[in-house]
Amino acid sequence: MLGLIGRSGAGKSTLIRCLNGLERPDQGSVEVDGREITKLNERELQPLRRRIGMIFQHFNLLSAKTVVDNVALPLKIEGATRAAQRLRVAELLDLVGLADKANAYPAQLSGGQKQRVGIARALAARPALLLSDEATSALDPETTDVILQLLRNINKRLGLTILIITHEMGVVRAIADRVAVLDNGRIVEEGPVWRVFAAPRHATTLSLLRAYQPALPAALAARVRPGVGRSTVVKLLVVGEQARAPLLAELALATGARATLLHGGVDYVQDTAIGALFVGLDASDASTFAGAIEFLRQRASEAEVLGHVVDDD
Amino acid sequence: MSSTMIELLWQSLLETLVMTAAAGFISFAVGLPLGLLLVATDRGGFWEQIALNRMLGGLVNAARSIPFIILLVAVIPLTRLLVGTSIGVAAAIVPLSLAAIPYYARIAELSFREVDNGLIEAVRALGGGRWTLVHEVLIPEALPGLDAGFTVTLVTLIGASAMAGAVGSGGLGDLAIRYGYQRFETNVMIVVVLVLIALVSALQVVGDAVAARLDRSGRRRG
Repeated sequence: MLGLIGRSGAGKSTLIRCLNGLERPDQGSVEVDGREITKLNERELQPLRRRIGMIFQHFNLLSAKTVVDNVALPLKIEGATRAAQRLRVAELLDLVGLADKANAYPAQLSGGQKQRVGIARALAARPALLLSDEATSALDPETTDVILQLLRNINKRLGLTILIITHEMGVVRAIADRVAVLDNGRIVEEGPVWRVFAAPRHATTLSLLRAYQPALPAALAARVRPGVGRSTVVKLLVVGEQARAPLLAELALATGARATLLHGGVDYVQDTAIGALFVGLDASDASTFAGAIEFLRQRASEAEVLGHVVDDD
Repeated sequence: MSSTMIELLWQSLLETLVMTAAAGFISFAVGLPLGLLLVATDRGGFWEQIALNRMLGGLVNAARSIPFIILLVAVIPLTRLLVGTSIGVAAAIVPLSLAAIPYYARIAELSFREVDNGLIEAVRALGGGRWTLVHEVLIPEALPGLDAGFTVTLVTLIGASAMAGAVGSGGLGDLAIRYGYQRFETNVMIVVVLVLIALVSALQVVGDAVAARLDRSGRRRG
């Protein structure tokens, strides 16, 4: 399950459309399933597209067809018999939990239900790859969670590769295994989701992750001045096993430095603990302070001195 | 009103209905595919053929620019060729159809353009070909608009068929001109106008009801 994230206009949708030949790149090549597809004509692309499911931001369901007929359409295109279509559609509606809406028209469904129909339709022809183009961007947060859970289940149960395009880091974080960050048509960063969340490298990733980046509360941040002092702020990043250790107690035992916890917490991304802690250290004793920083740099992924806190006037 | 007049009125009503229905059927059968072609062959259409598109577009525009009364007379040789005579109901159907085909083609074109491009993309992404696009997406999705446009075309045809009286087509318009206007029988004129109003109103009610039934998009429902 790969997440592809970028700002609007970064080229996400164009990229996904190149994968099933809805758009042709001006140059370069696109290989799907070991086949070069940029040279194929419309007719040759059709069987390939049947192996690739796609879901859309605005669902794109046919308003003149019932739920059943929408889901059956890929099977009809394939030339499946009516009996086979009925069987498969019933199976899919069960999978997405919409068996009771079989004969409703899309206009009678909520956004979340429409997207579930979209997912059922995309899966109907048993594709090997599912493309999701901002599939949750038009949904409210609660419905988004339900749809993401459904995609996660499908990924696990059917072993289907899913490529998710989104501008929301929350979506990637909730279900993707790997993430690629797209900026201006180029992939600027790529890796396991927990790694990218713990230590983003590229400026675009950083700005997309801003909301998820631990930061000092504004009131405290306003009182931080450069340099060291009686309450020097150190930002610590602990990932995975590091987050399980009693770090501050060990710091006190090993160096005699007593740290105050100013702000922080531990978060889990893909079951990997990512902790960001802001601690205050007294730098009056230069050698104890230096020892503490040295210790922290060894035991945490990152230990950065941000400045020191001054008292209110 | 005398019984002969009532018979004449009934006769004329039937003639109007025949002309409208026949020309309506022909304009639907030819105009709808023509409208579809205009959309499909346009830039970015699913069967892009720019040269063909420009040619069809030009033809439709040219036909639509000709005033109906002139078209009526201008196509007399063609009418003779097709139906063997240039007067009467059958003869009027030829110019009426020729006027209504491009009219309905444009209306159909508009309805097809209203169809959300996302739907076309979705069905292409499912591996659907052109035929699938036409009969699973474009026609079903545009159907309410195609129906409403057909009603408008029929109403326009009723109006135009009155003008066809000028070539002796018969029909309500012909009756109104010959008796109501030329013989100063004002009551005939009034009755004809009332019948026309009733006819157009009934047509519109039926057309709207059909369009509402066909529309599943939820746009028209409260």
